Amino acid sequence: MTATVPTIDSPAALADSLRKVDYLADDRIAQVAFLADRLGKPILVEGPAGVGKTELAKSLARMWGRRLIRLQCYEGLDESKALYEWNYKKQLLRIQADHDKEWDELEDDIFSDEFLLARPLLEAIRSETPVVLLIDEIDRVEIETEALLLEVLSDFQVSIPELGTISASTRPFVVLTSNNTRELSEALKRRCLFLHISYPDPEREQQILLTRVPELPENLARQIARIVRSIRQMDLKKAPSVSESIDWARTLIALAVEHLDTEVVTDTLHVLLKYQSDIEKATAELTRR
Amino acid sequence: MTTPPAPITSLITAFVGELRAAGVPVSMVETIDAMRALEVIDIGDRAGLKATLAATLVKSERHLAAFDTAFEVFFATAPRRGEEGRGTPTGPAAEGGGSGGLGEDEIEDLRRSLLQSLLDNDMEALLDAIGEAVDLLSGFERGRPVGGTYYLYRTLRRLDVDQIETLLREVLSGREGELGELDRRLVDEEVAERIEQLRQAVQDEIRRRLVEDRGREAVARTLRRPLTEDVDLMHATRADLEALEDAIVPLTRKLAARLARRRRMLRRGRLDFRKTMRRSLATGGVPIDPQFRVQKPHRPEVFLLCDISGSMATFARFTLQFTYAMSTQFSKLRSFAFIDTVDEITEFFGPGTDFTDALARVAAEADVVHQDGHSDYGTSLAAFLERYGRDVTPRSTIIITGDARNNYRPPQDELLGEIAAKARAVYWLNPEPPSYWDTGDSVMSRYARWCEGVHEVRTLRQLEAFVEELSLPRSRPRGRSL
Ligand SMILES: Nc1ncnc2c1ncn2[C@@H]1O[C@H](COP(=O)(O)OP(=O)(O)OP(=O)(O)O)[C@@H](O)[C@H]1O
Ligand SMILES: [Mg+2]
Repeated sequence: MTATVPTIDSPAALADSLRKVDYLADDRIAQVAFLADRLGKPILVEGPAGVGKTELAKSLARMWGRRLIRLQCYEGLDESKALYEWNYKKQLLRIQADHDKEWDELEDDIFSDEFLLARPLLEAIRSETPVVLLIDEIDRVEIETEALLLEVLSDFQVSIPELGTISASTRPFVVLTSNNTRELSEALKRRCLFLHISYPDPEREQQILLTRVPELPENLARQIARIVRSIRQMDLKKAPSVSESIDWARTLIALAVEHLDTEVVTDTLHVLLKYQSDIEKATAELTRR
Repeated sequence: MTTPPAPITSLITAFVGELRAAGVPVSMVETIDAMRALEVIDIGDRAGLKATLAATLVKSERHLAAFDTAFEVFFATAPRRGEEGRGTPTGPAAEGGGSGGLGEDEIEDLRRSLLQSLLDNDMEALLDAIGEAVDLLSGFERGRPVGGTYYLYRTLRRLDVDQIETLLREVLSGREGELGELDRRLVDEEVAERIEQLRQAVQDEIRRRLVEDRGREAVARTLRRPLTEDVDLMHATRADLEALEDAIVPLTRKLAARLARRRRMLRRGRLDFRKTMRRSLATGGVPIDPQFRVQKPHRPEVFLLCDISGSMATFARFTLQFTYAMSTQFSKLRSFAFIDTVDEITEFFGPGTDFTDALARVAAEADVVHQDGHSDYGTSLAAFLERYGRDVTPRSTIIITGDARNNYRPPQDELLGEIAAKARAVYWLNPEPPSYWDTGDSVMSRYARWCEGVHEVRTLRQLEAFVEELSLPRSRPRGRSL
């Protein structure tokens, strides 16, 4: 890992550093990330799919040269997968191997670090060097697990009955993302800085396209960005995301397209749109005179 | 790190007061966070300040619009004045329908500079030109009790924005070279966007002058708009409706989680003494394992009947969407649409179907009109009783949504009495305010007699409150009685 951590003394400087790792932040994103760093508060990033929420956390980690620890949330995620769990198999084996030992001694033995499986939260807290902790798609967990996460984010410590309390030696920089399929608790929201990311404007999307698909001609990038914006304004089930416009750009390059017209667009719409009914609707709109 | 000077902290306090007045929940902790944040940013950078306050004070997308409006008022910059010497024409000349002594040439000049700055994307030049336009064309007068919209309208009309639009389209089309159909579409969208930008900038300038004239608090008060959850469904704009639709699913999931928690608490129930003692025999009579009387989680079986005639269609759509999003809370959910007769629409909303598709099918396929397409609650109730009456049991909760405006036809409310006698309870959700009930052709109180509750439901918040009550075990939402 490189030791040259740039000094970042303003949101503008942060945006510049992010650009160097290929992330195009707008003013708001840069301001909130800067603030989160200065205040030591988590960021809660919300917005539609594929607008760069996850990528923001990854890029911040790259920018600072910090390790990224990711907790991917899903329905049913619990403490043993988020925090830690004891390695039962290994414990059993040890008990069998040491069956002549006194229980007290054995107990101390098998509830030691060696048998602990650290999950992302504990790992982030135990890390000697500062990390970026990404808690991705938190809206998917049950409210009880959310409460657990909140607890960890409040104290940055974990208490393990058999081992005692482990406190963070360095504070992780925390990014939580949500697709807003469920409203999060007020308590969690109060603890975080809130950042809503929506689709980028055409100028920024064009820049994103050019960084992610370097071989893309500028003119085509501009056209793609504008057409995608136009399609997003239609009343669709699922609007195209930034990742989809990137996919589209790659497809167009593969097809050696240089200029977009109605025919090319309607022929390749399936890369941008995932529902047949959306494809039909967009085709009708685009070919209407 | 220095403590920010007093004026900004008191400004923040007043700003938080305005946010709260507009309905945005801002806690003490968040206010303190905002103040702390000001210590680490450059408060001279207005955009940065705005992002900072938004991140610390507002925690839901639904509240961002209210935040934006309040921010623009509370942190308004000074108005832009046009060139010195022109002054602000006020009084009768500016009042008249004409240009108040202003030559068409001068207006033409203004139009040119607005157009040029829009094309160059030169914000500074645009703001200057707008300052001048508002000076010359709005007829702004200090202390005059009219809203900003009035001045906005006057400025845009006298500027003749259509002309700017035409010119803009000409220039942009020229830039794109040979124009295909697709390019034309893109140019149109770009023109629309720039014109909106212009309109917005004029509005902002007028707002700045109003703030200067009347003070922040007064202007902010007149600009308050209801939050998404408080938007009146019956008078919602298109944008409101979209925001409402986006809000429904997250809200219902949160509500479901809250209900599950409350149910768990209730279910723990009272100590079952007899059962505890019986168990204790195994432990030599020591009651170490207390037994609780488990309450059967009662989930209502719901029949939802929606008036889907013209004026009620939006309301029906939202009650349907909300209720279906909450359907796991009910042991059974059947839905019906009616205008002058009724048809079951349950099958359109089967698992996995898209809600919008389902609604389209309701509109196309449901058989709800036998007469002239105006609501007839009487004939609809008769049809319901005849066709589905035998399915209604003491476990059924009937919810009727509509304004009870019966077009002066016979209400046949005794039929609702018959339904109520078979059911557990009948509820009525009426989107009109209670003061309208029983006026004109509304026969609300005729039906209310048979209802456990009649609820005014015209916002998402009211709908949420009703469904929450309904879904809890053994509770019976008490509505208004007439
Ligand atoms: N600002 C940006 N700069 C550079 N690339 C971006 C930016 N925003 C999005 N992208 C690109 O879009 C892709 C999708 O972004 P990402 O996976 O972060 O979306 P997301 O918001 O987390 O979506 P989801 O809700 O589906 O998880 C990224 O891999 C990246 O290539
Ligand atoms: Mg993601």
